[in-house]
Amino acid sequence: MVGIVIISHSQNLAESVAEYTTIMAAGANVAAAGGTEDGSFGTSFEKIYQAIETVDSEDGVILLMDMGSAVMTAEMVIEAYGSDKVVMADCPLVEGAVVATIDALGGMSRDEILAALAEVGKTPKF
Amino acid sequence: MIKSEAVITILDKIGDKIIAEKDYLTELDRPIGDNDHGINMAKGFTEVKKKLPAMAEQDLGTIFKTTGMTLVSTVGGSSGPLYGTAFMKMGMALTAKKEMSFLEFLTALKAGIDGVGQRGRSTVEEATMLDAMVPAYEAMEASFAEKQDAKAALEAGAAAALAGAEHTKDLVATKGRASYVGERGIGHQDPGATSFTFMMQTAAENF
Repeated sequence: MVGIVIISHSQNLAESVAEYTTIMAAGANVAAAGGTEDGSFGTSFEKIYQAIETVDSEDGVILLMDMGSAVMTAEMVIEAYGSDKVVMADCPLVEGAVVATIDALGGMSRDEILAALAEVGKTPKF
Repeated sequence: MIKSEAVITILDKIGDKIIAEKDYLTELDRPIGDNDHGINMAKGFTEVKKKLPAMAEQDLGTIFKTTGMTLVSTVGGSSGPLYGTAFMKMGMALTAKKEMSFLEFLTALKAGIDGVGQRGRSTVEEATMLDAMVPAYEAMEASFAEKQDAKAALEAGAAAALAGAEHTKDLVATKGRASYVGERGIGHQDPGATSFTFMMQTAAENF
């Protein structure tokens, strides 16, 4: 199953988004990497790296980020991790997390999920 | 030639300066960012300062790469990946070198600045640290081409960085959190451009 990592400046936000995905995708392979090492606002290279390790498999890993340094730090972790199976998705965090975990649990491949996530930001709410 | 020892001394002094200006850099970040630039940078350079003494025998590549990696690991905000990338790219350009000419320093700095542009998907005139970095590099390159000595070139770079940082007051940010503030950010000096100016000033003073 494709692994999903939720990256946010807020530890609570990352953990809550990961928890929220269980409503429709309990059992998905999801990990949260929020806040800095000491739990304050920010993003942590080590936390993101470790979260990828916990959900990594041959099916690949998709990273979902909130904004700013979350994107840049995630990009640096991917470079250091040295696997082309780990990629970032450009989409809204909450909606993207719901879609990604449902699709991963449903057995979709990493690239199929990425294609679905590319549509998430384009879907109007009303 | 510039040796590892001199680089370590300057990085240590840069750490002192960033830590001393922690409150000012954070205050600059308050109206246009997330109020953490000085706090984050001070946290990062406190850790860098701890690692410097053990690197006296190391090559320049290792010193810069370790500085960059430490900033990435300890700075929670955007300045971590941005300055981290800058120092790591400089380190890659200086791999295995125990000393560098000023021209080699400029070449490495250019690689670092290009790295910041790629990491932040940014360029000049967007109210970021690049608005201090690029003019500083260009001023040093021009000074060096005029056969000025390294200290004079660094002083020209520091002056250009300061002018560039002050120029960010006139710009509307289109990158980073300041882009959310839009035109209300006019009149505010970019914290990243300011911290880079402090680095240049410290390098010029201590060279």
